Amino acid sequence: MPAPHVVVRNLAVTVRSSDGAPLRIVDDVSFNIQRGDVLALIGESGSGKTTIALALMGYARSGAQISGQIEVGSAAFDGKAGADLAAQRGHRITYVAQSAAAAFNPSRRLIEQVIEPALIHGTATSAEARAHAVELFAALALPNPETIGNRYPHELSGGQLQRLMAAMALITRPELVIFDEPTTALDVTTQVEVLQAFRKVVREQGATGVYVSHDLAVVAQMADQILVLNRGKVREQNAVRVVLETPEDDYTKTLLAAARPVVKAALPVAAVSKPLLSIDGICAGYGPVDRQGRAAHPVLTDVTLQIGRGAAVGVIGESGSGKSTVARVVAGLLAPTAGTVSLDGQPLGASVKDRSREELRRIQIVFQNADIALNPAHSVGDILGRVLRFYHGMQGHQAQARVAELLDLIRLPAGIADRRCSELSGGQKQRVNLARALAAEPDLILCDEVTSALDTVVREAILELLAELRRDLGVAYLFISHDIATVQALCDEIVVLYKGTRVESGARDAYAAPPFHPYTDLLISSVPELRTDWLSEVAAKHGAPFAHRPESADLCRFLPRCPVAVAGQCDVTLPPLRMMAAGNAVLCHRTEAELARDHM
Amino acid sequence: MSGAASASAWRGPAKLVLKRTGLALVTLVLVSAVIFTISGLLPGDAAQELLGQGATPEQIAALRQEMGLDRPAVVRYFEWLRGIALGDPGQSLVANKPVAEIISERLPNTLTLAGLTTLFSVPIAFLIGIASAVSRGKGTDRALNIATLAMVALPEFLVATIAVLVFSVKLLWLPSITIVPQDPTLWEFLRAYAMPVMVLGVGVIAQLGRMIRAAIIAELDRPYVEMARLKGVSQRRLIFRHVLPNAVGPIVNAMALSLSYLFGGAIIVETIFSYPGLASLMVNAVTSRDMPLLQACAMLFCATYLLLVLIADTVAILANPRLRQG
Repeated sequence: MPAPHVVVRNLAVTVRSSDGAPLRIVDDVSFNIQRGDVLALIGESGSGKTTIALALMGYARSGAQISGQIEVGSAAFDGKAGADLAAQRGHRITYVAQSAAAAFNPSRRLIEQVIEPALIHGTATSAEARAHAVELFAALALPNPETIGNRYPHELSGGQLQRLMAAMALITRPELVIFDEPTTALDVTTQVEVLQAFRKVVREQGATGVYVSHDLAVVAQMADQILVLNRGKVREQNAVRVVLETPEDDYTKTLLAAARPVVKAALPVAAVSKPLLSIDGICAGYGPVDRQGRAAHPVLTDVTLQIGRGAAVGVIGESGSGKSTVARVVAGLLAPTAGTVSLDGQPLGASVKDRSREELRRIQIVFQNADIALNPAHSVGDILGRVLRFYHGMQGHQAQARVAELLDLIRLPAGIADRRCSELSGGQKQRVNLARALAAEPDLILCDEVTSALDTVVREAILELLAELRRDLGVAYLFISHDIATVQALCDEIVVLYKGTRVESGARDAYAAPPFHPYTDLLISSVPELRTDWLSEVAAKHGAPFAHRPESADLCRFLPRCPVAVAGQCDVTLPPLRMMAAGNAVLCHRTEAELARDHM
Repeated sequence: MSGAASASAWRGPAKLVLKRTGLALVTLVLVSAVIFTISGLLPGDAAQELLGQGATPEQIAALRQEMGLDRPAVVRYFEWLRGIALGDPGQSLVANKPVAEIISERLPNTLTLAGLTTLFSVPIAFLIGIASAVSRGKGTDRALNIATLAMVALPEFLVATIAVLVFSVKLLWLPSITIVPQDPTLWEFLRAYAMPVMVLGVGVIAQLGRMIRAAIIAELDRPYVEMARLKGVSQRRLIFRHVLPNAVGPIVNAMALSLSYLFGGAIIVETIFSYPGLASLMVNAVTSRDMPLLQACAMLFCATYLLLVLIADTVAILANPRLRQG
């Protein structure tokens, strides 16, 4: 066996904790990578995976100390003289950051940023670097490779920026490329395209790779070896197939189990004639509204859905589908331009100020990011107490007792009431976020991507809690997510939104097997599977006959991306709503038999 | 890119700037009403002030009528506003000269002092701000923080007095009053202005330096800075090519605030160094109840402030591609 390309021995990274004692966030990590291989670092947040990846560039975030030996090719880091490795940064060792939208400088043109590493390390002249960048843009399947670099970061989508960032990492023809969760912030459908582009260019360049991720299924497509990390320690290192099929370590088994969400047991909802919440023909958007009730920038077009008492209805779609806008309209944060929202048959005021306190109490919203939703200066008790006082007029002992009850309900110790939110972990914060909504004793909770920012293991626990609360309290959910597996695990009914239009709705079971709407099909097939050959298979399926057709409000919105669109039909009139045998309603020109065949 | 495309690219910011200009004008009109009302609330008026304590009410009334002070306030306001708009803020009641003439005698002095102070303090503030931000939490940063805090805290009259004591009285290097001779040599000119510029600069450097530090630190925490470091960008390039373009907005706004202070707030320095600027003119107008002069000065200060803020806004809009594209 040839000498490994990357050698890491006894790597440790130490920070000073708040009480001044040294804290090892990475402890005694050793591994090798062969030239041209891709090693995945996998683990939950706090596992030290990003810290290790950054240490490979001789870089530690402020206040952290690296020790141990790292060799990348001929460059080394021996714990004291780290300059050698640091000099390779952006030249022979390059980095693709998690959120390209944040990692690009907002005020500079992209091409300047992409070729900057080549210029500062003197690997190419400006003209050569520009030409090379255009080649890379083309190889990464970016549109208009010649001119896309002249744009600013805010003008492009997340998936495009992520590919530009890969081009920036490859511009110096590096020997080691570090990918730090490069697709975590992307929609599943975009993720597939970006992963394919990455895999292609990394193979063409023959570079060695380090792929940091919390998602085993993604890693299965990209890596040759997997290093499983937990709390800064190595749990297991093995070839991908071995880790997926015959994991040795218990922690790896937990991760694998959490990667496949299980359907949470729920009470069958009694079919009630009168739904708890009904949304009828909602249109909503931003900007001035015309006479037909259409906003200048419409987000939702004629969306209808019903939620029974104690039911869980999922809304899925990619970013820009308007799924969060549905929640905003129901909560009264955005007034619809047409249509009505009614609770128990009573029409609700269009905006919060038109609703009674009782109506407000009955519908609560839980936001995605508990860090932003909860005031970091307040204690957990204050946060819950405020709600109790506002809706129920509770104070003093009565409120304290209720806070303890609520904490028990969300499986947190009562002592946490005195702690500030900033002292809690991500999962605990999300529980408090949920308790804040529960404190109002609502009939309906609007959950807006509540599990999206969480690790798989924590996400599982939160989903379990949501299912339990529904069983015990009979609360209904409008559960919004971009992840179909999460929605399927929790919800009885699922609505698929595409560009503000409801393209499919039906019971959970209807989504287990085709026929689906072609967009639902795309969503489901884009979820990475825990096997190494998935990405190559899914690659063959895509392609759209009307890709150059601009999107139109008078045709099926999905037309430009639809792989099964039919000329003379789909490009002429609006699609009808078809009922499938499984009970799901699909907005499509294709018949049930055709849709079933399309999936094959 | 074609000419048409680049022309349309400028339409967005042009519209934004026009909107801001319109808003500034509206603000100025509102401010004029406030100035007029408040100056009317001051006890006594110019007639009373001119005739002194011994005057009979009849004499005062007669003079009031002569000066037009007996007409309704609304009439006087609109007449005055029209005058301001046409560039004629009226006649000084005390000096019996056109207000425009009095102001134009003083304006060059104030502009010179403000301009020199800006040239002197802005580069130093940038040096302090940048040095402090890049060494955040370390010795240099702490020392600079203490220094700038002390500079902010020291009252101007104290700084001025100490400066006079040291440079004029003890060392005999600089004159204690600022009199610029006719046709000065560069050396005479600089010597004359050295002390007022230094004293005014202390506050400006400290304030602006701290603002620049804060603006840069806010940017240094953003992910693109870490990305730039991981690309191997040097510290100097990081600050000048990556961070400063993004920090332009808050920095130019801080500069606008500091400079507007230099224009109208130099009263202590003007008094101590017997320098004939606009601030002391305005204070004199208050004591002598010379309303037209007072109002004109106040309007001038407000207009300058709004102009500086407008320039700062425009620069911030042009520096931000997102706003630039409207």
